[in-house]
Amino acid sequence: MAVDSPDASVKDRVRALVAAHRGDRGALLPILHRIQAEFGWIDQQVVPVLAAELNLSRADVHGVITFYTDFRSEPAGRTTVKLCRAEACQSVGAEKVVAHAEQVLGIKVGQTTPDGSVTLEQVFCLGNCALGPAAQVNGRVVGRLDPRRLDALLVTETVNS
Amino acid sequence: MTTGHGNGEAMTTSHGNGETMTTPVTVYVPRDSAALSVGADQVAAAIQREAALAGRPVEVVRNGSRGMLWLEPLVEVETARGRIGYGPVDPDEVAGLVAAGLLDGADHELNQGVVEELPWLRDQTRICFARVGVTDPLSPQDYVAHGGLAGLRRALDLTPAEVVAEVTESGLRGRGGAGFPAGIKWKTVLDTPGPLKFVCCNADEGDSGTFADRMLMEGDPFTLIEGMTIAAHAVGASEGYLYVRSEYPDAVRTLRQAIDIARAQGWLGERILGSELTFDLFVRVGAGAYICGEETAMLESLEGKRGMVRAKPPIPAITGLFGKPTVVNNVLTLGSVPAILANGAAAYRDLGVERSRGTQVFQLAGNIARGGVFETAFGITLHDLIYTYGGGTRTGRPLRAVQVGGPLGQYLPAANLDLPMDYEAFAAADAMLGHGGIVVFDDTVDMASMARFAMEFCAEESCGKCTPCRVGAVRGVEVIDRIVAGEDPDGNLALLGDLCELMTEGSLCAMGGLTPNPVRSALLHFPDDFTARYEEARRP
Repeated sequence: MAVDSPDASVKDRVRALVAAHRGDRGALLPILHRIQAEFGWIDQQVVPVLAAELNLSRADVHGVITFYTDFRSEPAGRTTVKLCRAEACQSVGAEKVVAHAEQVLGIKVGQTTPDGSVTLEQVFCLGNCALGPAAQVNGRVVGRLDPRRLDALLVTETVNS
Repeated sequence: MTTGHGNGEAMTTSHGNGETMTTPVTVYVPRDSAALSVGADQVAAAIQREAALAGRPVEVVRNGSRGMLWLEPLVEVETARGRIGYGPVDPDEVAGLVAAGLLDGADHELNQGVVEELPWLRDQTRICFARVGVTDPLSPQDYVAHGGLAGLRRALDLTPAEVVAEVTESGLRGRGGAGFPAGIKWKTVLDTPGPLKFVCCNADEGDSGTFADRMLMEGDPFTLIEGMTIAAHAVGASEGYLYVRSEYPDAVRTLRQAIDIARAQGWLGERILGSELTFDLFVRVGAGAYICGEETAMLESLEGKRGMVRAKPPIPAITGLFGKPTVVNNVLTLGSVPAILANGAAAYRDLGVERSRGTQVFQLAGNIARGGVFETAFGITLHDLIYTYGGGTRTGRPLRAVQVGGPLGQYLPAANLDLPMDYEAFAAADAMLGHGGIVVFDDTVDMASMARFAMEFCAEESCGKCTPCRVGAVRGVEVIDRIVAGEDPDGNLALLGDLCELMTEGSLCAMGGLTPNPVRSALLHFPDDFTARYEEARRP
């Protein structure tokens, strides 16, 4: 069974990442961030490795991974667009931007386009509440967003990535 | 006027080796992520490029933001008259601006004048934000030159108990929202014996409409480091953690760099500033869970667990991170401590009103013409902030509602804006000052959908530990949907009232306990939004 016999190279990498955080207190979150940064998502097969290395139960590790929205259970698209839907951005038309994005990409929030180019996500506050609607595109914050600006960004970002 | 200031000559100096070179003009372009979100990096690059083409040496400093976010990217040029601001600057406009004499502070339609003389800045009392926007956030020289470390140096000359007394006397209350007196919390940690204690900074600023924590972390991180170090000395802690939300990658990078610099400067680590104090600091990044802004959930997350709220007591001051005595304070609380120590408790306490002492960094957000941070003594009215400084709505339409204190704060109608901004006045008006975030809505807002959103957000972000929050929020969405659809509105309104009461009284923490605030206030002040649609539908 795949869960019990993870790919040897993945196993080694995960062990190395755990070793890099050996002296840290309560290191599971930093380790998970590193795994996601390296692989782009968190494969179920790392759960038993982490559990064994950190002396935790598989249930504990699984519970942490699934609690936090950042940790992905499948790879994201090449471009990730996170649209802010919190109150401050709603007050300046965030929902119009969300509706536009869903329409032009042909997917709903939380989904990835079938060609794997764009993952569309929602986020509640990026701390850019005076320059909304805000978004985070491939890790960079964008302000004063409108459908036209989003279209332009989607073109440049998907070409670059 | 294009050039005309004639300070080109004044800026030419002669160097010892006989070469004559022009002293570079200092140009400030913010690195704050709000400024970056509207093109500050491109503006900085364009200035370098255009200045080089014009044969003018420039030194571009990436400062924090002044907090006048409607002017971002705000470019400032150092001149004999002071720092002249231009904004908002589009990257495409830089060539024209440089040609028009930007590097000499020349007139231009984007020229805002001397930045520090602008009413928005002049009318503030900047204590926590004194250096934000002024200095290079990662320059230890700038930090010390602008008064940095004075608080820590004084604290290290005092006993821990004296430092705690100073903070208590200043009247400083927790800026994260709850407003608990910081000195009392610190005294509890100091009085709890233990070989290992922690100082934790709650930088999980998840409330919509708040961004002051982020701006301080990106714009003056050493202040926060200094505040945490003072706290460590005051309570006997040796290790500190900054828990920053993952939505703030720029703040995380800046803090990590600042901590490395502080260690190299001897401001962190062993024998800090030559004293007996040993304290080190680590940044931990959240993973997209709003609830981790609740202090006990944050501690669980720091321990590497699910961010589940803990029952209190025991309080974190006694049984905190890994069960050890722990100070947990917000960014702005800790960021205010260095100035309190440097200038004395009395100077801080003299500001403000009643039991709200000192300053608060208010944040104007949402549908607002001039949004940003405005640090001033408690007591200014909401109306003054929104109209005098904020300029009303961005759309120019009438203001309809304001939410103060984040997603768990009440909605106030346009008629109730004369409230003074202090903890007690807000509490007396059945509202909550919280973290000082102010979100403005114009008359297009549908308050029934905002009430529904409050419940939806709670359902999405609840940690799931207690039933009133976990189940109540889901039921809340359903009940509001039935009311809006005109299904037995009286019965369902009564049910919603019961549900809100149950959540308020029965939830373990503020998430479930305060979610009824926006819902009930929307119902109270904007009842028509909940019933108009079905009444219209019933008309023949």
